[in-house]
Parts: sequence; C-alpha cells; structure tokens
Amino acid sequence: MLGCIDRSPWVVHYNCNSCNGCDIEFLACLTPLYDLERFGVVHVGNPKHADILVVTGSVNHRNARVLKNVYDQMPGPKMVVAMGACSATGGIFADCYNVLGGIEKVIPVDVWIPGCPPKPEAIIDGLVKAVQMWNANPAFQSQGGAARVSLTYRPPAGASQPAAPAAPGIPAQPQQNKEGGPDGRQSS
Amino acid sequence: MMATLTQLLIALVAVIVAPVVGALLQGFDRKVNARMQSRIGPPLLQPVYDVLKLLGKEGVILNRTQVLYAWLHLSFLMLATILMVLGQDMVMIILVVAVSTIALILGGMCVRSPYSRIGSHREIMQMLSYEPILVLLVIGIFLTNGSFMARDIALAGKPLLLTLPLVFIAFLFVTAIKLKKSPFDLATSHHGHQELIKGITIEYAGPYLAILEVAHWYETALVFIVLAAFWATNWFIGILLAIIVFVIEILFDNLSARLTYQWMLSSMWSVGLGLAVTNLIWLYWK
Repeated sequence: MLGCIDRSPWVVHYNCNSCNGCDIEFLACLTPLYDLERFGVVHVGNPKHADILVVTGSVNHRNARVLKNVYDQMPGPKMVVAMGACSATGGIFADCYNVLGGIEKVIPVDVWIPGCPPKPEAIIDGLVKAVQMWNANPAFQSQGGAARVSLTYRPPAGASQPAAPAAPGIPAQPQQNKEGGPDGRQSS
Repeated sequence: MMATLTQLLIALVAVIVAPVVGALLQGFDRKVNARMQSRIGPPLLQPVYDVLKLLGKEGVILNRTQVLYAWLHLSFLMLATILMVLGQDMVMIILVVAVSTIALILGGMCVRSPYSRIGSHREIMQMLSYEPILVLLVIGIFLTNGSFMARDIALAGKPLLLTLPLVFIAFLFVTAIKLKKSPFDLATSHHGHQELIKGITIEYAGPYLAILEVAHWYETALVFIVLAAFWATNWFIGILLAIIVFVIEILFDNLSARLTYQWMLSSMWSVGLGLAVTNLIWLYWK
C-alpha cells in the first residue's frame, strides 16, 4: 500500500519564526513555473492529511510547543524537511536571546535544505529526496511499510547536533544533504 | 430467477466500475486543471496513488462514530450508483444520495473541531441549495416520460436535453456543488484553501480519509451518469456531453473564486430554481 507514498507526498508547511523569504520561495514552487504537483505534491493546510512537514525559520521558546504539536498531529509515516538556514541552525537569529536554534532541537529532521532562502530547484530536490528516503529506508522496508513506525531517528536527550548518529541499520542520510553545494543544490 | 441473477451481476459490475470511472475522471480533472494553468500536472492515476497511500497510513480519528458515518456515506453512495445503473426510481435515488450526504454532515458534526463544524454547516446550506433543483429535475423527467423510473429515460424516443434544457442549465450548478468546484467549494475542496483548510474532512486522516475519497469517486461517477442520461438515446453523445460539462466546470473552477453560502443560496434559489420552474411550466402547458 505504502509503495505509493512516494507518488503522492502531501506537504504541510509551518512557518516557525521565519522572515517569510523561505515561505514565499516555497509557495513559488507550486506555481506553474516549477509545478510541484507533477510529483503528486499537494500543499495541504492540515497536518492530519500531510506526509511531509516543511518547516521554515528557527525555533524559539514560544513556538517550540506549537511546532511539536503540529508534528504530533501528523499520522505516520511522516517526514520533516527543514528549509533554509534558520531551521537548520538558527541562521542569523541564532544568537538572539530567545532563539533555541535549529528545529532539530524540538522535532527530528530528515532532510535539510540549506540556503537563505533556498533556490526553488533545491526545494524541489529536497522534497524529492525526502520522498526517496521512504523507499530507501531499511527500517521502513523491514516493517513492511508499517504505518506506526517513525522513520526518523530521534537523538537521545542532550544530543543536539543536527548530524544525529544514525540508528543501527539506518544510513545517516540526512547528513549528506548538509554537504550540498554552496547554493544548496544537490548533485543528483 | 435469471433476471435477478443478471441484475445482481449488473450491480456488482457497477460497484467495481463506478469508482474506476470516478478516479479516472478526477485524474482527468487535475490534468486539465494543470493544463489550463499551463502546468504539466500530476499523472492521470494520481487519485488512485493518493488513496493507496492514505490506506497505508496511520489512522487518526477523534471518535468511533466518525468512522461509522464515513462508511455510511460510502455505502449509501454505492447503493445510489447501483439503483441508478439498474434503472430504478429517480425519487429513491435522490433520497439515498441525500442520506449519504447527511451521513457526511453528521460525521463532520460529531467532532469538536470548529473547521469541521463550519464545513458541515456549509454542506447543509449546499444541500438546501441543490435539493429543490434535483426534485424539479425528477418532476421534469416524469412530465417528459410519464415515469419516475431511470430505465425509461433511455427508452424514450427523444433526448431529455431537448425537453429539459433549462433544468439542464440548473443542473450544471448542482454539478459544480457536487464536484466541489468554485464558486461553490464551500464545505471542502480539492485545493488546500487556507480559509477552511479541508472543512468537513479535516478530522479524517489516513484510511478514513481514503473512505471519503472513494465515496467521492462514486459521487463523481453518479454525476457523470446523470449528465450522460440527458442524451440517453445515444450513449456516445451522452458521454461526450458529460465530458464537455466536466471541462466547463473545470474552466469555471479556475475562473471564479469561492463565494459565500448566502450568495450560493440566493443565486440557486433565484436563478437555479427560476430556470427549472420555467422549464416545468413550459412542459406542463405544452
């Protein structure tokens, strides 16, 4: 059944603390020029219908709870894409007194899309990569696509590096995305 | 005995074929929609992929009654499709479709979610808008054929469109509401509107949303059959007519924005009902 999940990833987009640059770029991907819908991507406003959570902006004390809530409302299996520099590390806001840092402080992240803001090509590449991870993930495959499996390895409490150590048997795929080109484009 | 077996077979085939037709029509819908916006668009089988994915996902519901209403919605639409294909009483078919819609409304109402409840309220308003036109359509069919049975539509010598042209125009509005098209996509829609998010279906997730999606395939197929029945003397022309109507609906979906339910109710009860009643008066005095 879930073999079709890579053909219809529904995306919900949450603006954590972003300057709106990433949000505008993300919505631009849905326009006729880039046409994300040709990959089956639908932009839904409801986390309960979504498969991929795209987060822009950094996490602060106020919205950490909201972000966690949005993530928890999504039915599994689910993916998290951190879009832009802020959601990866806190970006230029990292030193602010109220900013906690990247979103992996609150929820597990599968794909990072670097850039400030990322290019539309990089965003599309990131989403396609997130979708491909479903099929490439041995944990997912060994469960026969069991729905309740969280595909994302959650680092133990205290570990806050974005490059979280991979669980046994799961290749540390998220890391490779951090090593993209300076413009955020992957060599795919 | 043989007749009963044949009818059972027809019913079985209808239950299997109708969702396939509905899914293909929705894929066609999304493809044409994309082409109208000069996009490439998803593949034709995208609705099937969506439903297969939803079936494999984790189900999230707020209470068990919600699931019951989703199943009732689907099963009554299946029943309506069977009745239609077997050429049964049109009044009965309208009633069965209404019951299925009421099940959907109750499913949206039985959760404490504001968006879901607003969506249900609007679905009630939609029912209020299109049900009178459906009833007048059936009365028009009776005045034309002297029978309420759907099978007599095909046996009549003259296409229904020639005797009920104004009712047909009114039925185009009903089609737009039933297919969740702008400017009538109030309760829920295919597009992720930020205003109501997904309205009446917001609290269904995973396999339960898939039930509603499959039900919508049946609904689409049912609307398609009724549209084709307007030229039932030659099914090729009838199907062509239905496809043309679908493209027109998609065009209007792209041209117009969503409007308020007050506007929908007043325009349906004035323009829609006016057209249908005029047609019936003409038929009556002819």
